[in-house]
Amino acid sequence: MWQAMYQELGSHGFVPITVALDKDPEDVRPYIERASPTHPSLIDTQHVVAELYHVINVPTMIWIDEQGRIVRPHDSQFGTDTFTAFHGKHSAPYLDALRAWVREGKGVLDPATVRGHQIQPTPETQLARAHRALAWWLHQQGRVEAAERHFLRAGELAPKDWTIRRGSMPIRGINPMGLEFFELAKEGVPLYPMEELPVEGGTSRKMS
Amino acid sequence: MATSELFTLIDGDCVTSLRATIDGDALRIAPDVMRDATGWELKPEGLCQGDLCIPVRDRVALADARGVDLAAFARAQGRPLALDIAERAAALGTSAAERSARLATLEAPDFTLPDLHGRRHTLSAHRGKKALLIVYASW
Repeated sequence: MWQAMYQELGSHGFVPITVALDKDPEDVRPYIERASPTHPSLIDTQHVVAELYHVINVPTMIWIDEQGRIVRPHDSQFGTDTFTAFHGKHSAPYLDALRAWVREGKGVLDPATVRGHQIQPTPETQLARAHRALAWWLHQQGRVEAAERHFLRAGELAPKDWTIRRGSMPIRGINPMGLEFFELAKEGVPLYPMEELPVEGGTSRKMS
Repeated sequence: MATSELFTLIDGDCVTSLRATIDGDALRIAPDVMRDATGWELKPEGLCQGDLCIPVRDRVALADARGVDLAAFARAQGRPLALDIAERAAALGTSAAERSARLATLEAPDFTLPDLHGRRHTLSAHRGKKALLIVYASW
């Protein structure tokens, strides 16, 4: 559906850039091919973007302005209402806010507010990412038991990072929608500080 | 008993195979190997990479005649090190201080990643547009 937003807003100087934190391009091929995007639709098997931006769950949305500055930080928002019953968020207000940003420059947060709503990496979360990187390499080498130790260590160091705790499940042969995930979910979904700044609601505009 | 072995060092995209000495749970690397693999070397001014030097409190713990201790090297820079002696592999990460400081500038960190066709795309190529970065997954 980001392709639809791109078609609607592209001429206003907007580009969605999707980044999949999947272990294999083939895992997201069906979704990408169905969407047939003409915007960048990228695969990040090594979690480069997760580390650079300190992403702890998906989906995570970040607004970057024309000068390459973050003007709205990590927000767990959704482009559709497919899972609204699970997470309670409606996509329409967010998409309207996006339109208002692109068309009218609205909704940009001042630097102090952006900084105040960024989560901070810690020595533990950074060490977790190093263990994850080692686990990934070991897995690629076929050293499954050693990889498992480091995925688990990464999860211990960063229990609130679902890019590690849930993201590693498919690599480890665990269903990320199954029992282990439901157990993980009982700990509570990791939240970004942007939760306290709900997107301004409004009547959903018809796409022009 | 210390043994000389081939060891894999993972640092972001860079995966280097280098010769190291394993001595119990310590891993030591010859200074020239360290310099070639990481760009860092121990000089009188401290631990240096090009013109950047970090003062070192405990030079002896960092390096002696046996070589540069990899764990001490990581600590000296405040960088995380995931070390697995048994697997002969380690991953060196970015320090929390550096990552935080960079994010606090509010400059969106640049990156280059492939699409499904293997074509590489760079974020900064889209300067001049409003970009929505959407991080997602099939899981």
